[in-house]
Amino acid sequence: MEYAWLAIGLPLLGSIINGIFGRFLPKKVVGWVACSAVGASFIVSLLVFLKMLGLAEDGRHIVSTLYTWLDSGGFRADMAILIDALSVTMMLVVTGVGLLIHIYSTGYMADDEGFSRFFAYMNLFVGSMLLLVMAENFVLLFVGWELVGICSYLLISFWYEKPSAAAAGRKAFITTRIGDVGFTLGVVLIVTTVGTASYDAVFGRIIGVGSGTAAAIALLLFAGAVGKSAQLPLHVWLPDAMEGPTPVSALIHAATMVTAGVYLIVRAAPIFAQAPWVLALAAGIGAATALFAATAALVENDIKRVLAYSTISQIGLMFLAVGAGAFAAGMFHLVTHAFFKSLLFLGAGSVMHALAGNTDLRKMGGLAKKMRATYAVMVIGALAMAGIFPLSGFFSKEAVFAGVFEAPFFGRVMYAAGMAVSVLTAFYIFRLIYKAFHGEARMDEESWQHVHESPKSMIIPMLLLALGAICIGWIGLPSQIGETAIAGRNVFEEFLRGSVSAAVFGHEAISQWWMVAAALGAGLLGIFAAWCCFVRFKGITGVLVRKFAGVYAMLVSVFWIDWAYERIFVRAGKALAVFVAQKVDVGIIDGAVNGIAGCVGSVSVMLSRVQTGYMRSYALAILAGAVVVVGYALFILK
Amino acid sequence: MLPVGYYIALSAFIFVTGAVGVLVRRNPIIMLMCIELMLNAGNLVLIAFSRQNASMDGHVFVFIVITAAAAEAAVGLGIIVAVFRQKSGDIDMDKLSEMKG
Repeated sequence: MEYAWLAIGLPLLGSIINGIFGRFLPKKVVGWVACSAVGASFIVSLLVFLKMLGLAEDGRHIVSTLYTWLDSGGFRADMAILIDALSVTMMLVVTGVGLLIHIYSTGYMADDEGFSRFFAYMNLFVGSMLLLVMAENFVLLFVGWELVGICSYLLISFWYEKPSAAAAGRKAFITTRIGDVGFTLGVVLIVTTVGTASYDAVFGRIIGVGSGTAAAIALLLFAGAVGKSAQLPLHVWLPDAMEGPTPVSALIHAATMVTAGVYLIVRAAPIFAQAPWVLALAAGIGAATALFAATAALVENDIKRVLAYSTISQIGLMFLAVGAGAFAAGMFHLVTHAFFKSLLFLGAGSVMHALAGNTDLRKMGGLAKKMRATYAVMVIGALAMAGIFPLSGFFSKEAVFAGVFEAPFFGRVMYAAGMAVSVLTAFYIFRLIYKAFHGEARMDEESWQHVHESPKSMIIPMLLLALGAICIGWIGLPSQIGETAIAGRNVFEEFLRGSVSAAVFGHEAISQWWMVAAALGAGLLGIFAAWCCFVRFKGITGVLVRKFAGVYAMLVSVFWIDWAYERIFVRAGKALAVFVAQKVDVGIIDGAVNGIAGCVGSVSVMLSRVQTGYMRSYALAILAGAVVVVGYALFILK
Repeated sequence: MLPVGYYIALSAFIFVTGAVGVLVRRNPIIMLMCIELMLNAGNLVLIAFSRQNASMDGHVFVFIVITAAAAEAAVGLGIIVAVFRQKSGDIDMDKLSEMKG
């Protein structure tokens, strides 16, 4: 399986080519290099996947070591990748969705000056993300983890001349860094207590380190996952990250990087299994985040920020699932979400493309007439996310809810929260659809004339993603619902089972018919409510906003969290920085250096007076010295 | 035979004369002569002790010192003549401070 390395290497090679020579190459060549690098990586992933299907179930765990990377004292880390069901699943998602988004970007970014820079970063991201999911030890995982972080930063502030984009990039980087501190400490704790970083060895010996230490490791890793996956309380960076180009939002901030936290928990499941309360915490934070972000999305007027909050909310559902021990359901939702959410983002990008960059829902409307293809794929994405049968979101949400319902702690409460999220999700996504595509156009006449369908290079990837958003759910049909056999066996769940030890993995939670009905009903209820509010009875929203002005203000300001962070952390941090810069640095650090220099200077000024230039004073000094020496010899020494 | 103390006393007197001369005079030629005085004061002591101890070691020293003093005087006078030409007659030692940093 050595050739699996190509999956990582080819995008990195593409990144180097475009990064160094891209500016001298025509845009067409740059686009081809970038797309074929990711495409080749996708083919490698497919080959690995097919090869793996041919192996016996207990043989689907292949470690491929390139060389020993670190060998220091008793610690050793290899440049090694792990091919198992989990990493192959992630590889296929990252390269598959990544390829479609790359193709889309050749159309979307066609007029941008930084075309080659964009693709260099995007390829670097795909390579880094693959390194993250394929790494065989925590140190290499950390490298991938940080690399995707820097790619995210570079791409959010891609239009760096815009102060808001530069600020958003900084915010994303610093906020995720808070979680990464925990992640780093977790890796260090693993290395110091277990003595190795390799997954197999760590998971094998984790029972021996004691439950307290295991819980500490799990908690620290979880902190990293919270930061990366934009969960409460570190979610603030993701809505601002929408400053980046839309394909970036689709690839990094919807489909892949932000779900790295979910991947991390599933990957480190044997560690989390030693500390069930950390998993419970993950489920709680996931549920709270899902609910919170869904409510924030209700009133957001920026099309991309609606999708950003929806991403936070959906990742919250994944956290809820893995926290409840339904690892396969969480991963399943990750996969389906990658398709329908990147589809929604690309659709939003297509809308922005037609409206010269406008993202304000209040200035849209009626677009369905002029953008039929975009409208169709957006509706498919929205239906999939709302969990309507038989689209992908229906099956993955169903698996999540079934798993949560069976959870050993607060299962019913979390299930209720999930249901509420489902209603809200359907509502806000159809609010977006109705506001953008239905009704009369609310933009000025000139913009309306300018509205056009996007080029083929953008439409075709969206159609393929739409196909995925419809069909990808069918890989995980439940084995049975209630007493009725559906698919006989859950293919996705069985496939994934090989990568996490069965003892940790548990078994598939069986859904009931009433749960299916409830999930579907929740979705339909949300859509119906949105239809009432934004199509049938348009006055309702105005009345509601006036009636619940306080609630509305709270939602618009997203529970004042950004406002509070600004006051508590940002200002305090700035004040501290100013104090350090002006007082500590100038006074103590510079003071010490200048003081030493001043002392030396004044002493040498004093001493230089001795050097008069008169020979006789030197002679006198010599004589005096001689007298002293002789006197000492004569009278003191005797 | 005269006691060695007298020689030492004479030598000390000559040495101090030379040292004071070097310190207070500004004419380099006189300073050079004073250095000769100091060297010869040293020579006198060496000879006196050599005689006292009936050893030839002191004599050897004195020969070497006289040779060195001759060489020193030759070089010193050469420098003084060169400076004399350069400064057109003004050879006050205190004014020769071009090398001062």
